Amino acid sequence: MSAVNTVRHLRRAVHGIRWYVRELSGEAVYDRYVAHARSCDPDAEVMTRREFERSRTDAREADPREGFRCC
Amino acid sequence: MPEPEATPDTRRTGLTPKSIAIWSLVALVGAAGWGVLALSRGEEISAAWMLAAALGSYAIAYRFYALFIARRVLKVDKTRATPAERLDNGVDFHPTDRRVLFGHHFAAVAGAGPLVGPVLAAQMGYLPGTIWIIVGVIFAGAVQDMVTLFFSTRRNGRSLGQMARDEIGPFGGAAALIAVFAIMIILLAVLALVIVNALAHSPWGVFSIGMTIPIALLMGVYLRVLRPGRVTEVSVLGVALLLLAIVAGGWVAESSWAGTFTLEPGTLVIWMIVYGFLASVLPVWMLLAPRDYLSTFMKVGTIVLLALGVVIALPAMKMDAVTDFATRGDGPVFAGSMFPFVFITIACGALSGFHSLVSSGTTPKMIQKETQVRMIGYGAMLTESFVAIMAMITACIIDPGLYFAINSPAGVVGTTVQSASEAVANLGFTITPDALAQAAKDVEEASLLSRTGGAPTFALGMSEIFSAVIGGTAMKAFWYHFAIMFEALFILTTVDAGTRVGRFMLQDMLGNVYKPFRQVSWKPGVWFASAVVVGGWGYFLWVGVHDPLGGINQLFPLFGIANQLLAAVALAVCTTLLIKSGRLKWAWVTGIPLAWDVAVTLTASWQKIFSEDPRVGFFAQRDKYQAGIDADKVLPPAKSLDDMHTVVTNSTVDGVLSALFAILIIVVIADAGRVCLKAIRNPEGVRLAEEPHTESKLVAPAGMFPTREEKAELVAAGLGTGGGMRKESAPGESQGDVPAGTGAA
Repeated sequence: MSAVNTVRHLRRAVHGIRWYVRELSGEAVYDRYVAHARSCDPDAEVMTRREFERSRTDAREADPREGFRCC
Repeated sequence: MPEPEATPDTRRTGLTPKSIAIWSLVALVGAAGWGVLALSRGEEISAAWMLAAALGSYAIAYRFYALFIARRVLKVDKTRATPAERLDNGVDFHPTDRRVLFGHHFAAVAGAGPLVGPVLAAQMGYLPGTIWIIVGVIFAGAVQDMVTLFFSTRRNGRSLGQMARDEIGPFGGAAALIAVFAIMIILLAVLALVIVNALAHSPWGVFSIGMTIPIALLMGVYLRVLRPGRVTEVSVLGVALLLLAIVAGGWVAESSWAGTFTLEPGTLVIWMIVYGFLASVLPVWMLLAPRDYLSTFMKVGTIVLLALGVVIALPAMKMDAVTDFATRGDGPVFAGSMFPFVFITIACGALSGFHSLVSSGTTPKMIQKETQVRMIGYGAMLTESFVAIMAMITACIIDPGLYFAINSPAGVVGTTVQSASEAVANLGFTITPDALAQAAKDVEEASLLSRTGGAPTFALGMSEIFSAVIGGTAMKAFWYHFAIMFEALFILTTVDAGTRVGRFMLQDMLGNVYKPFRQVSWKPGVWFASAVVVGGWGYFLWVGVHDPLGGINQLFPLFGIANQLLAAVALAVCTTLLIKSGRLKWAWVTGIPLAWDVAVTLTASWQKIFSEDPRVGFFAQRDKYQAGIDADKVLPPAKSLDDMHTVVTNSTVDGVLSALFAILIIVVIADAGRVCLKAIRNPEGVRLAEEPHTESKLVAPAGMFPTREEKAELVAAGLGTGGGMRKESAPGESQGDVPAGTGAA
């Protein structure tokens, strides 16, 4: 395997891990929300990240059953 | 209702010679593991055999039994759009990559449970518990999770309670609701008790766990004010601070502050109750959300590390395969014989009713394809079962004498290493007082005697494994406290989150009486309901710490019965749904585990209520101590008449609760049976609350790795391995930007 190939594989692996961690930790939720809102209407008004994250914790406050973890 | 037609995809495919060879090899590995586990007597065997038995069995079960259930029984339909696809709102309903959802689901189902039960069950030797963990998960636990997930997916992610109400009736539904509430209280009490027992008289532990509160607050402010949503960076920061807190705990324990952080169990209970109340009324962002991130990072990281450690170190198991307590039923950790009490003690890891709450509700709203229920429902539960196997290994690699000195109630082992050594000898094991003192010194604790609840035993085993791989004896104390921290962290998170869920349910119930209770923003209602829930588990926690007979010994069977009761509710709902949807001939798939679970739970309840052995039966215990009070005699292990009164009150409360749980099981089963009979007699009259079929436009593989046909389908749709919407139907909706390299993630 050539060095170029190794670098390409490595870069892809790092990219994949970063994607997985962002998805799993919920960091990517905001991007998904914006993409979803824009997909229906490109000029849709979207919440800022700050507003969005606040609305998420507020929702959890209102119904704690979401995201409950088991013993 | 007629049996649903098989979809074209569910045709049985022939096995190639190559796959026959591979699966024969897997079967041989598993069989070799089982053979060595079952046949060796009196010699130490390597944990490798237990891993071989477990992993071999899991692989076969996943490949064959789970596939059979998915294709033949449930008839999962990849042409049917899931709620995530139909109701996609970008937030709670959203088709999520199967590998990510597997992670979410696993993190949500696996907690402290699978680490505690197997450790306690090890008093009967490693074999009974191991058999139950592996066989139980394959035929009961993973089936329950997968089938619940499937049916909830067909119902827009309705919760177990809602499904019970819709499909069985208001009576069964109400019983299910009460069951969930009661279980929550007992669960929180038992988990909190585990932590109190691990932290009592341990300045190192108290300091490092105490530090998690400012760390969580700091993370909370960071996420709320400084950089909203940057979870990864704040978690990395949090974990670094956490490790620092563990190291600093060691410094504190050796400094003049040690006295300040050396707390009695009773004091810890009060702190725990105050913490539980405050944490549950504070805003989510301050404590709960950051703690959740921390504990998830720690959980996944530590479990991966532990698996690596076990595989690299391959320790030898010192515990007997089967001890005499299995048949005699007089073990010090919990009383009662192997049947039914091993099956009660090990709930999480084999069959856990609590999972049905996660499998219905959250996960079904995010699943891309019905075909993925096998990977996510069955697969995640197999993984949890593997965690339970590792917990069993950690308990069995430490010296059995030490195991019993740690896990027996204080009334049995006494307070000195000499008395403990004698008590262990009476139980039929040996350990010298010096060895006991040395074991405590190795992990820098004042004493390890009677640290019941499983966490210290697990931590000791884990430190043994880790120190064999990294750092040697010098690192033992660090790894021990690392393990305690790891368990304490997610137990405290559960205490907070569970109190909130309990409060929410209580507010909902009270809302029927007085409307404002239902408003979650009405502060007096929130405070009152929180106080009731905290008071509920706080009572059992207080009692558990002060019970002369040992809190874990008394309360853990109740917790197990409660958890298995919830499993009975879930399996009854699943069986009812199989029958109502025309799958009567397959009803045994959940029907047999249901019958087993009911037999276990009702036998255990019966013995807990009616047994004449005061060690087992709560009321016999009550009579014995009441008679003692009447005769003005103090019966050991009670030390005073006050102790005697404590025992009488506790055994009465516990006995009444056992009876309540048994009645609830019978109500749910009877109501489900009525509905099933009606459906069998009159199949035409059945009405299902199932959502109608909508054609799916989403393409995604069923398993972790796409098959050849799935790859071709993905390529044809122009998508990556993550799957997504077909390009022509929904431009811009694609998730095909997932990098190809993530296939192995």
